[in-house]
Amino acid sequence: MLIGSSGDAETQAVQAAADAWGEETGNTVEVIAASDLVQQLGQGFSGNNPPDIFYMPWDQFQSYAAQGFLEPYASELSNAGDFLPALVEQFTYEDEFYCAPKDFSTLGLQINTEAWEAAGLTDADVPTDWDQLATVAQTLTTDEQVGLSFGREYARLGVFMNQAGGALVDGDTATADAAENVEGVEYVQSLIEAGSLKFPQDLEAGWGGEAFGLGKAAMVIEGPWINGAMENDFPERQFISTELPAGPGGPSTYAFSNCWGMPVGSETKDATIDLIEFLTSDEQQLAFADAFGVIPSTESGSAAYAEQFPENAAFVAGVDYAASPVAFQGAAPVFADFNTQLEQVGSADAATLLDALQGNLQSALDAANG
Amino acid sequence: MAQTAARPRRGGGIRRGEARAGVLFVAPAVLLTVVFLVLPIALALWVSLSDWNGFQSPLNPRVNFVGLENYAAVTTDEGLAQQNFGTAVRNNLYYVLFVVPLQTIIALLLAVQVNRAMLRGRGFFRTAFYFPSVTSTVAIVIVFQFLFTASGAINAVIGFFGGEGPNWLNDSTGIFHGLLSTVGVTEPSAALAADGPLGVSWWQWLAGPSVAMSSLIMLSIFTTSGTFMLLFLAGLQNIGAEIDEATRMDGAGPVRKFFSVTLPMLRPTLFTVLTLGLIGSWQVFDQIYVLGGGTAGGTINTPAFLSYRTSFVDLAWGQGAAIAFILFVFIILLTLLQRWILRERTPRAFRRRDPQPTAAADAQRATEGGVR
Repeated sequence: MLIGSSGDAETQAVQAAADAWGEETGNTVEVIAASDLVQQLGQGFSGNNPPDIFYMPWDQFQSYAAQGFLEPYASELSNAGDFLPALVEQFTYEDEFYCAPKDFSTLGLQINTEAWEAAGLTDADVPTDWDQLATVAQTLTTDEQVGLSFGREYARLGVFMNQAGGALVDGDTATADAAENVEGVEYVQSLIEAGSLKFPQDLEAGWGGEAFGLGKAAMVIEGPWINGAMENDFPERQFISTELPAGPGGPSTYAFSNCWGMPVGSETKDATIDLIEFLTSDEQQLAFADAFGVIPSTESGSAAYAEQFPENAAFVAGVDYAASPVAFQGAAPVFADFNTQLEQVGSADAATLLDALQGNLQSALDAANG
Repeated sequence: MAQTAARPRRGGGIRRGEARAGVLFVAPAVLLTVVFLVLPIALALWVSLSDWNGFQSPLNPRVNFVGLENYAAVTTDEGLAQQNFGTAVRNNLYYVLFVVPLQTIIALLLAVQVNRAMLRGRGFFRTAFYFPSVTSTVAIVIVFQFLFTASGAINAVIGFFGGEGPNWLNDSTGIFHGLLSTVGVTEPSAALAADGPLGVSWWQWLAGPSVAMSSLIMLSIFTTSGTFMLLFLAGLQNIGAEIDEATRMDGAGPVRKFFSVTLPMLRPTLFTVLTLGLIGSWQVFDQIYVLGGGTAGGTINTPAFLSYRTSFVDLAWGQGAAIAFILFVFIILLTLLQRWILRERTPRAFRRRDPQPTAAADAQRATEGGVR
């Protein structure tokens, strides 16, 4: 089993689950935490020696399915009907449900309660729209900390485009240059200009959570994985997670999921299916949720989760209006390029930035549709 | 004459079977070369001409021959792949232009210094200068990451002198662009804004290495100068003391001696150093990999890294292999070019450039055979 772990908490939890299943069935599972999941997967497949079961990241799933790497086993699972419909859709390629969603995360807004109180803010100030977000981010910005931070990437910035009512793709047509998307980017730029938003790179942090834990950012936009990371690396940090403030186009957030991938023609198919049924059971998913904060991928599991972890209710609430980030076959290099272009987001013209994305996205779409 | 006599004859005599024994002795080496070098290269060539998607063997029957399609995707077909390749070539070109001359000059200077008989603690200096070459690049990159962060040691020093350093490893501003902006030029003229080769505008081709790339250039010079210093040192120790004496008798000062005697006699070493430097800096990969390759607006991406990324991450194996082969041809061509520039001049041509043949030049000619 090859996993792309978010940290020790996740690795240990998966190892424990695999061991428990192994004891029950007499199989042995070796859990390997990849240092670079996508590279190691590519290596495994080209060497004709892929792992029997692996984390399949949402942004690579379509490519892998289109290339014929994956076994479409998911409909054979006994709990195939329990998964959240949005996730089933995310891991469906050409009308076939390929692999079982492992768990589920949405983005929320994390607020450092200590900084919040120090700035004289109260519960009533928790931002629910863009204007309020801009105001509190400004209030929270001091010499030592910036009000807001999040990763300089499509998977965060895209949320703002969606909140403005935009979308990047409409069927077979790229719509990246739509006015709503420009509005989303321009809003983010206004925060940068005001000095209340800085990206983790500019705060000398590897990702948003690190900037948050170090106290360099008072608010960040991350998913429930931040709980595990804070517990491990910054146990002192007191914070709450709220839903993302809504934009002019309404509320929006992203839903990210990995699925349990199985290589096509797997020799251990039956045992692996059994293991996946075990891993995706509500009980086991809630154990994972407890260990590293992800939301169970099944309807009943996520409902139980919202009850059991009220502090994470905001993430579950996001499920209702969450969108899946764009990820068709061939989209990955386009967004990799967009992410590098975002380095100039502070100074660049939003429309120019999106024009380039539009062109690349459209040609990638054309290529994907043959 | 002696040589003809020594040549093994076919057939009988005392040397019978020698040829077979010879073949037997080289067989393991040939076998290893074929299995681990020739076959993989041939296979990679095939991959670069096929639509292999990275699943199972590249020789399985579902893989089709697509001709030069993969090569066209990164060179002539307009699009993201071409732009990425063009940017990577641009980045690497600047890297080579700065790294190769600088590392050679610094290595040579260091070698001359540690070769001086009068220098105290020569052993210490030799070790100190060589040390970075022994350490793994990855370790050094990580140290450099700490040095070059926005609040790192480098910026602390700059701050001490009242300046403000950039966020080194994330700054994508080309240094030529940066210099131009200090005189108020921030926009390209219409001619420069037009598309140049490989889908990258002329303005971008002329950007210069980005600040992030410049830090990598410094890093690279720091790590490789020691290795090449050692090569130069070996070359310098081949120059006998009698030549030193002869030049001194002719009244040449240290500078004159360096340029008229030492440097010409070091030409074979210089050739080696330049060739190795050229090849090494076109293949720069580990630094970029450790830094993630995507930082600094794509300005530290290089063809070697792009080839890896295209294959393993984007699963376009054919395209990745094609980039690798383009790089291969490129390096070969540049090495040939450099060989031609540094070729042995005839004595006549040599004299014409230096109208008064000195004793030093004579001495050089006299010992030339011995050095090579």
